[in-house]
Amino acid sequence: MKREEGLQINKFFKKEKVKNIKRTWYRFSRNRLSCFGLAIVLIIIFSTFLANYITPYPESAGRYVNFSEAKKPPTIKHIFGTDMYGRDVFTRVIFGFRYSLKIALSVVLMVIPVGVVLGLTAGYFQGTWIEIIIMRATDVFLSIPALILAMAICSALTPSLINSMVAISLMWWPWYCRLVYGSTISMRGESFVNAAEIIGAGKLHILFKEILPNCIPTILTKATLDLGFVILMGSSLSFVGLGAQPPIPDLGTMVADGSKYLPELWWLAVFPAFGIVIIVLGFNLLGDGIHDIFKES
Amino acid sequence: MGIIKPLAERIIYSIIVLLVLSVIIFTISRVLPGDPARAALGPRTPEEVVQQLREEMHFNDPIYIQYYYWLRNAMHGNLGKSLSSRNNVTEDIKKFAPATVELALYGIIFMGIFGVILGVVSAKYSETWIDNLVRIIAYLGVVTPSFVFAIIFMLIFCYGLNLFPTGGRISLGIMPPPTITGLITIDALISANFSAFFDALKHLLLPSVSLSLAGMSQISRITRSAMQENASKDYILFLRSAGFPENIIMFRYLLKVSIIPTISILGLEFGALMGNAFLVETIFNWPGLSRYGMTAILQKDLNAMSAVVLVFGIGFIIANIIVDLIVNWIDPTIRLGKEILEG
Repeated sequence: MKREEGLQINKFFKKEKVKNIKRTWYRFSRNRLSCFGLAIVLIIIFSTFLANYITPYPESAGRYVNFSEAKKPPTIKHIFGTDMYGRDVFTRVIFGFRYSLKIALSVVLMVIPVGVVLGLTAGYFQGTWIEIIIMRATDVFLSIPALILAMAICSALTPSLINSMVAISLMWWPWYCRLVYGSTISMRGESFVNAAEIIGAGKLHILFKEILPNCIPTILTKATLDLGFVILMGSSLSFVGLGAQPPIPDLGTMVADGSKYLPELWWLAVFPAFGIVIIVLGFNLLGDGIHDIFKES
Repeated sequence: MGIIKPLAERIIYSIIVLLVLSVIIFTISRVLPGDPARAALGPRTPEEVVQQLREEMHFNDPIYIQYYYWLRNAMHGNLGKSLSSRNNVTEDIKKFAPATVELALYGIIFMGIFGVILGVVSAKYSETWIDNLVRIIAYLGVVTPSFVFAIIFMLIFCYGLNLFPTGGRISLGIMPPPTITGLITIDALISANFSAFFDALKHLLLPSVSLSLAGMSQISRITRSAMQENASKDYILFLRSAGFPENIIMFRYLLKVSIIPTISILGLEFGALMGNAFLVETIFNWPGLSRYGMTAILQKDLNAMSAVVLVFGIGFIIANIIVDLIVNWIDPTIRLGKEILEG
């Protein structure tokens, strides 16, 4: 083959790739709900990065006291009101998103490699003791109410942001393990895996280069949905005081603190709660959109 | 005949799960940094008394011997003494469990009934505004934590409209019925005490609804997709072309098959419901096991904490065995357990 021909073929594939991305985006953008989800997620990510510049009172995020402004209901000056120390609730909610995202990303990034490696291994060594041990351990973890055990773990370790991430991760890896295990088993007998085996490819090559790329769509879909659900669980933990400790502006902690002042200072609990709902909703809609794209293709 | 073997397998497997769970719980409760005996008795207690408690609780022995003692006692129904109140934990659990059982029962009933109704309605009117409305409700139910529902319901219905009480199981002025089952609504019905029954129901409604909404949404989605999937199958097509009334097709044939995944999910949702009960009971000041467990977790009361987690684990496992049995009863072609575990 001449060099020019080769370049042309290369160009053609590049064009096809761009076309593919365009087609995928078109398909995604047809679904108004998924676009709404994407918009929420992008706005939240954007605002957490710029939280120091776009919030009206960035000093409210930390240990800050201003009693002359305390317990003010929502007004133009403080659109979500102020708390008992005079801190601006809107500012704290925006900063709260930062910690929610931190928890969600850390847990998902910690959990996926573990789940994927275990799931691939168990699926590939189907019928051996390796599979039995891994999958039984998964079953045991899935047959325990996750939130309760996470709470117990959190209280045993000292309650903090990091430890709540650890506790959630301990309860979360089995889902990925089972997901990847299922896909691995279904792909085990496919001709492309057999072909690779006949050529003499190593086990590692087959697992990570042949099977894993085909699992990525399902993993990606689940990960997007899970970003939301991890935030839910994290906020439940911090709601009972087992997550991030004050003065960190965590949404769950803010709802818990605010609920002590119901019904007079209702804005203290309601706006952070609304924040949790919005961020989880965003990831949920986005995840459903991604799911639809992969399902159709 | 056919049911005994899979059931036995399921029970043996459950026992293994429980043993592993007990090891996990025990390890968690014993690797705590600090001295639990000292923490329980406070800094002013003389060293001899603390030493005595350590001996009593076997804190000085190696951890596997501690586990052996703990397991042996647990098998005999003795879960030790609470480290903070020095009460017998088993007694405490017996005292607080009925309230939580009642709450969870109503939660599951709401969840199942309304979830299936919403699912059937949205399947019947699919791609119309009704379907979209149900979809929006389902999204909100999934993404809202139950403690947020609890707080918002409390704000609207208790403080705003003054319709419901803010906490407890029964109002102060009302004579509670004699304890028969421990579930106030059932006791009140048995003793024909209707004012107590309606009062208890009023107290139950908000917490159990806030617990059930998340699962309700999942169930409505699953029922809808199962019904749509089955609706295009040949036998339904046959019934339709044979001129069967739409309602009979819907409920007698379609729903009966489509409800199987719903029931399997109900078992899993029960676990989430029990976890959320920890938060909702605290908000509504519900004198149940979850609130007891929550206090234990926050006070690092090891014995009470491990006992509550164990009891909840047992409850979850029993619930899932029951779910398996129901699924098996509805659909004998399902290999018991297998579908649920792989599903």
